[in-house]
Amino acid sequence: MAEYKLKTPISEEEIRKLRVGDIIYISGIIVSARDKAHMKALKEDLPEELKKYLKDGVVYHVGPVVKKINDKLIPISAGPTTSIRMEPVEHEFIKRFKVRVVVGKGGMGDKTLSALKEFGAVYAHWPGGCGALAVNAIKNVKKVFFLEELGVPDAFWVLEVENFGPLLITMDSHGGSIHKEVSEKVERNFQQILEQL
Amino acid sequence: MVNLEKIIEDTAVKMLQLAVTELPPDVMNALKKARERETNERAKKILDTLITNAEIAKERRVPICQDTGLIIWYVKVGEDFPIKSKLYEILKNATIRATKEVPLRPNAVDPITEKNTGNNTGPHVPYINWEIVPGNELHLTVLPKGGGSEYWCRLYMIKPIEGLNGAIKCVLQTLKEAMGKPCPPLVIGVGIGGGADIALKLAKKAILRPLDDMHPNPKVAELEQRVLNLANKLGIGPMGLGGDTTCLGVKVEVAARHVATYPVGIVIQCWAARRCSVIINKDGSVRYLTHKV
Repeated sequence: MAEYKLKTPISEEEIRKLRVGDIIYISGIIVSARDKAHMKALKEDLPEELKKYLKDGVVYHVGPVVKKINDKLIPISAGPTTSIRMEPVEHEFIKRFKVRVVVGKGGMGDKTLSALKEFGAVYAHWPGGCGALAVNAIKNVKKVFFLEELGVPDAFWVLEVENFGPLLITMDSHGGSIHKEVSEKVERNFQQILEQL
Repeated sequence: MVNLEKIIEDTAVKMLQLAVTELPPDVMNALKKARERETNERAKKILDTLITNAEIAKERRVPICQDTGLIIWYVKVGEDFPIKSKLYEILKNATIRATKEVPLRPNAVDPITEKNTGNNTGPHVPYINWEIVPGNELHLTVLPKGGGSEYWCRLYMIKPIEGLNGAIKCVLQTLKEAMGKPCPPLVIGVGIGGGADIALKLAKKAILRPLDDMHPNPKVAELEQRVLNLANKLGIGPMGLGGDTTCLGVKVEVAARHVATYPVGIVIQCWAARRCSVIINKDGSVRYLTHKV
């Protein structure tokens, strides 16, 4: 288990080095996207500037709490949302926008795992509910796309971060998934408990 | 003359702020005890992170989790408390104010227009559970219920011959399907009996009980302990990444069931089991039950 510091844009080579259990810290630009943002990105042509941030970049499943301070919207709590909701569309999202790191919580399924392998990306886990801690790494809101249309939680927030982490790689680009491993173990425990019930 | 309406509204705003920024002591203690018992190294680290995050949130008075929930109120109004029908308006205003002042994340979306209302209100929201009780006090509890855990709430209508073991199986099945997604370690509310709606209502109310309390019915208390032990044997662990700590508590409530039905309502609450309760006397004095103010 190794630790890596990554800076956006991130190359495929850097991603292929990562294995489940590794820890990463990200500096540079990350882009938030939840359900509505994913759907919009796949249905419509996104602004070029936004596409540029996504390419070789980081998508974070998050809808922050923001506070208006001196006329600027500042995230004050920004932990991850449940990633599995994006499972039906994440494969296509990674393929189309060449995203290298998906940050979220709870893990994703086989379809996403195959996209990570095919296009060279990883899934990095931040403990759910830890919104207060996550904002430590956010240095600036660079831009917000579609705030009016999508609302605060669902807009694309382009965030400048410094050493965002520790993020645990729970799905890598070689087919490894801690979520899958634990699931299989839980299934065995479940069957054992039922037999003794 | 005290302005009781204003006291209630201001208190309700304060309750929302406390609820989303500071865990009640019973939840914090349960997390710390779980950390001491945990044997899995990764799980220990995650529990440490959860505890640190909760401490930072309290210190900075910022939301523990960015999902500050759909706002649900539990209201017990004394029959001699002077304000009753106006309470809805007061709590709705408090919810709108708290959204701006705390701030909370706007989470209320109209399912027909798909528009976020921007202020945490909308059809039937905030939702209020009413009870009328004797006395001259108003008991208020707020439950800002996160969506990630709510997604995994389930209703099972099992066959009466399956009985309590059947109900236990429903809980374990739900946890197994959910894995790390509802943000374990969890608090699980279980409502058994009544009708479909009653079982779920009881289950949701159950998650408001302090984690260190004891059910007054010893048989129910024993059932709660049994389900908790079994749930923690699943090995889901904090965030579903393995470990001994899958649940912080299991709370069961029962209602008489129809001879032919056996409803099992399951409500899942995340580790950030946020709530705030107060008692407001008709003289305007306020007592906080879950937080030091």
